[in-house]
Amino acid sequence: MLEIRDLHTVVDGKPILRGVDLEIVAGEVHAVMGPNGSGKSTLAYVLSGREGYHADSGEVLYDGQMLLELTPEERARAGLFLAFQYPVEIPGVPNATFLRTAVNAVRLARGEEELSAMAFLKEARAKLKQLQMDESFLNRQVNVGFSGGEKKRNEILQMAMLEPRLAVLDETDSGLDIDALKIVADGINRLRSAGRAMLVITHYQRLLDYIVPDKVHVLAEGRIVRSGGKELAVELEKKGYAEFSSAA
Amino acid sequence: MSVSVETVKSVEAATGGEYKYGFYTDIESELAPKGLNEDIVRFISAKKGEPEWLLDWRLKAFRLWLSSAAEEPAWANVRYSPIDFQDAYYYAAPKQAEAPKSLEEVDPALLETYEKLGIPLKEQEILAGVAIDAVFDSVSVATTFKGKLAELGIIFCPISEAVKTHPELVKKYLGSVVPVADNFYATLNSAVFSDGSFVYVPKGVRCPMELSTYFRINTAETGQFERTLIVADVGSHVSYLEGCTAPMRSEHQLHAAVVELVALDDAEIKYSTVQNWYPGDKEGRGGIYNFVTKRGACRGRNSKISWTQVETGSAITWKYPSVILQGDHSTGEFYSVAITNNYQQADTGTKMIHIGRNTSSTIISKGISAGHGQQTYRGLVRILGKADNARNYTQCDSLLIGEKCGGHTVPYIEVKNQTAKVEHEATTSKISDDQLFYCRQRGLSDEDAVALIVNGFCREVFQKLPMEFAVEAQKLLGISLEGAIG
Repeated sequence: MLEIRDLHTVVDGKPILRGVDLEIVAGEVHAVMGPNGSGKSTLAYVLSGREGYHADSGEVLYDGQMLLELTPEERARAGLFLAFQYPVEIPGVPNATFLRTAVNAVRLARGEEELSAMAFLKEARAKLKQLQMDESFLNRQVNVGFSGGEKKRNEILQMAMLEPRLAVLDETDSGLDIDALKIVADGINRLRSAGRAMLVITHYQRLLDYIVPDKVHVLAEGRIVRSGGKELAVELEKKGYAEFSSAA
Repeated sequence: MSVSVETVKSVEAATGGEYKYGFYTDIESELAPKGLNEDIVRFISAKKGEPEWLLDWRLKAFRLWLSSAAEEPAWANVRYSPIDFQDAYYYAAPKQAEAPKSLEEVDPALLETYEKLGIPLKEQEILAGVAIDAVFDSVSVATTFKGKLAELGIIFCPISEAVKTHPELVKKYLGSVVPVADNFYATLNSAVFSDGSFVYVPKGVRCPMELSTYFRINTAETGQFERTLIVADVGSHVSYLEGCTAPMRSEHQLHAAVVELVALDDAEIKYSTVQNWYPGDKEGRGGIYNFVTKRGACRGRNSKISWTQVETGSAITWKYPSVILQGDHSTGEFYSVAITNNYQQADTGTKMIHIGRNTSSTIISKGISAGHGQQTYRGLVRILGKADNARNYTQCDSLLIGEKCGGHTVPYIEVKNQTAKVEHEATTSKISDDQLFYCRQRGLSDEDAVALIVNGFCREVFQKLPMEFAVEAQKLLGISLEGAIG
């Protein structure tokens, strides 16, 4: 589903990604781990098309399409979802309005009919329940005044509603206490399916106790330096990232 | 964080071509001779078959306007070439044999015009439950629901008609809130005012439907000088809406209206405007000069006047809907959303004059500037000596889209009573790249993202609009910023 080939990215004049290769097949969950500053979030931004994060060379194939040629919204409509490390506040916009606008933008692009207000509400309520979120979430302004845990759950709610083909989860565990982490992980696990791939970006192994990956990759200094099974995460947790730093 | 280059480019790409009401109705019109002199004032008065007292009133205003006592205001933060007041028509009316008595008699070309504007008068009458007075250039061409309203004693008709049918009311209240000598444009309006609506709601009556006037400028080189007067008698309640559009033309046209509201004891008037006059093209050519005096008097105890305005059109807007809080315990409100895109300029705000005891006022102003738009919030809160326990809360928020626009806030606060409590909050913000990217990552286009974010910014004001209008306003906002992004 996703094929990253020799991806290079320079951000603010500094090379961040220096030849990333990665392949994810539908149905799989991959974890990308690495020390701070290794380029994990940059990878998420390049994949989702954030301004200022362009590929200088290399290519990314997504369902056979040249992903990097698409605008951010085209990528989203093609089923790429980014769960933000820092979800953004949009004052005055009710969560329900935001969510419904997004869902309908994606549906229209897929040639499906827009969801009616009633149908939307019914679906949103069901997903809220799964995520143990109160219905009042829908009326609150997008991420305004949300706690860290609420913001992350809100991201997973959006993911559940948008039903992406490929979800990139950027440090979704950061700022969560253990209870919130379990709920978020549970929400993510429910969304695992044969047709969907996930790329879980995280610094700590902790999240991977709950979202068990099919493959683990270590990103260091802009390259995937090691790949393995889920046991690699445990090993990293014990040894740390020291062996992958260039100082060695 | 700065807005992306792409964003700015798309703001600049916004064009007047997106204006959806820019068509012209080819209909035979009767015009006064071009220019302005006493004969023109007499011509207008005669056309409307006015009584002597009103002609005298007009002439007095005209002479004042000519004298140096009336001076064109130069203090507003707007720039434009001097207006040649002789180079315009002051009266234009579609030709018809006789004033229509019902919708069946209205010229089909006119009905079609309003249909194209999204206001099918016939259907509105049957379906929407909104009474409409349709003003086309200098005259009212149709008023719906008159009969039903009359059963409740509510008068809703063109002001030219009220002059004849209810002279005592018109005489009593006309010019009582905005005096003839108030300001240059109000004086001009008093001399040459054409049509507008007159509303009287009798004691204790709650008007069962929204009353609405739709103003349309059609004829070229014509000024529109509407005059609206709304009187809410003791314990009554009325909600009034106005909408405005004009064809796209490369020259400027003047719209100098006067609106007066009077609320007696325990009465409430809610006045909502969606102003969408032609704003000019993207280079700043053409568009309406909207120089308007709107003021309400809370004369009675416990009375309330609320202004809600959504200002998206006009090349230049100069407008300060105000409330004079005379009655004890009276309340004044001003909720405003103003958008200036391309080369639009707006100097708008309100005045809250606290005279009575325990009076309170609320001002919520949301200004959005894009392109080369320049916008000033100008507001006065004046608490007079006897206004014990007066309260004011003011909140002015500016949102800037791009680097070439401007937002300014000029609040004046004058307090002569120590028990007063006056609060003022102001913010200036930009749409951040973070917000745009977040929306786009969820599948929204640039334009939809901006519309959504701006709608959120305006939410407090939109919530004050009647339901149908709020939906309309949200759409309009999207259109006004169309190309503003994307």
